[in-house]
Amino acid sequence: MRKDILIPFFYVVLAPLLGGLLAGVDRRITARLQGRFGPPILQPFYDVAKLFCKENLVAHRTQTAYIVFFLVFMVFTGGIFYAGEDLLLVIFSMMLANTFFVLAGYKGGAPYSSIGAERELLQIMAYEPMILFYAMGIYMASKTFYVEQIAVTQHPMLIVSLPGVFLGFLYVLTIKLRKSPFDLSTSHHGHQEIVKGITTEFTGPALGLIEIAHWYENILLLGLVGLFFAPNLWLGALAALLVYFLEIFIDNACARARWQLTVFSSWVVAAVLGFGNILAITLFR
Amino acid sequence: MQKSPWIIHYDGSSCNGCDIEVLAALTPMYDVERFGVINTGNPKHADIFLITGSVNEQNKSVIRNIYDQMPNPKVVLAVGICACTGGIFRECYNVLGGPDKVIPVDLYVMGCAVRPEAIIDGVVKALEVWEDKRREMTRKRGLKV
Repeated sequence: MRKDILIPFFYVVLAPLLGGLLAGVDRRITARLQGRFGPPILQPFYDVAKLFCKENLVAHRTQTAYIVFFLVFMVFTGGIFYAGEDLLLVIFSMMLANTFFVLAGYKGGAPYSSIGAERELLQIMAYEPMILFYAMGIYMASKTFYVEQIAVTQHPMLIVSLPGVFLGFLYVLTIKLRKSPFDLSTSHHGHQEIVKGITTEFTGPALGLIEIAHWYENILLLGLVGLFFAPNLWLGALAALLVYFLEIFIDNACARARWQLTVFSSWVVAAVLGFGNILAITLFR
Repeated sequence: MQKSPWIIHYDGSSCNGCDIEVLAALTPMYDVERFGVINTGNPKHADIFLITGSVNEQNKSVIRNIYDQMPNPKVVLAVGICACTGGIFRECYNVLGGPDKVIPVDLYVMGCAVRPEAIIDGVVKALEVWEDKRREMTRKRGLKV
């Protein structure tokens, strides 16, 4: 019983630290790939600390309120995942958090932030089918939606029966982690206008909160990757890290895609790899 | 000392020499991101307003607008001789002079074209000014409460 409270508590405290550290490593590796030295590993923390010292200029007050909801629901989502609760609840509450982010973008009222919010909706449209196939696939293989029971599944290893779902999930993970070629709604690199999209209209503390919410989200997503390797969770953690570094590499190697390509390719991947895999499990059980 | 200066770069009327040097500072040769500098290009995210070139009748409203959109605390850095005094464009009929004719400028970096080392030095100096302004802001906020 005490474990139920302790692990989410650790998640709430440690996820932003780990997420920020990963973001710092990301920036350093990106700089090295470009032949530069790069900022200190702790740079994301300096950035967020600086943002909280700044003035919060908003078009509408609700803008910041939506961002607070985005953060709160993202923390809640990760909390229930790491507490070992229902995987479906995790996915729906992650969706709700992202909806608040889109609303915040629309509240900015400016052209670039509205386009960013629209593109965020397109991204949600692109990755959501695959995320649902992920939950379905995990259920088919482990016969439960409870993360706690999935983590100790008697099944050899989930990835053995779900290779297609794993690859499909990696494909949409690029969208979720906001990496090129699919960083349509906003890019985490220094940019402006349409590329910065949904975050253009946020200043100081609100931008800091968005950044922290992304750190929580990244750690949650890496947890979802790690779940494929249940019951060997250490291997899962290692695989999640490798996947993150692969995403950094993809980010640096690709140009930004158009939204048509993003949506349709994600659907094709979800249909072929995700649905195909689930069909195969059903047929050859 | 503050470690993450985000910059917005604006060019008034100039020969673009200083612009090229500002961008050179971001390249692997000088790599200002080592100091956490990001060229955001978005006034709402920026801490330092880096201006090259002189101000004329066409762009004074643009400069004013960018300055107003930046959240406090903010620092204005005039880079290159045109941004300091108007430079060789000083006598032109539509040139007002440096950006200090339109907005308060905190620091001036000389040179034609300005050296990347001098720009980096200017940004580091700007950080000190930024820190002072932040203290001032929190002190004022404290007094209000």
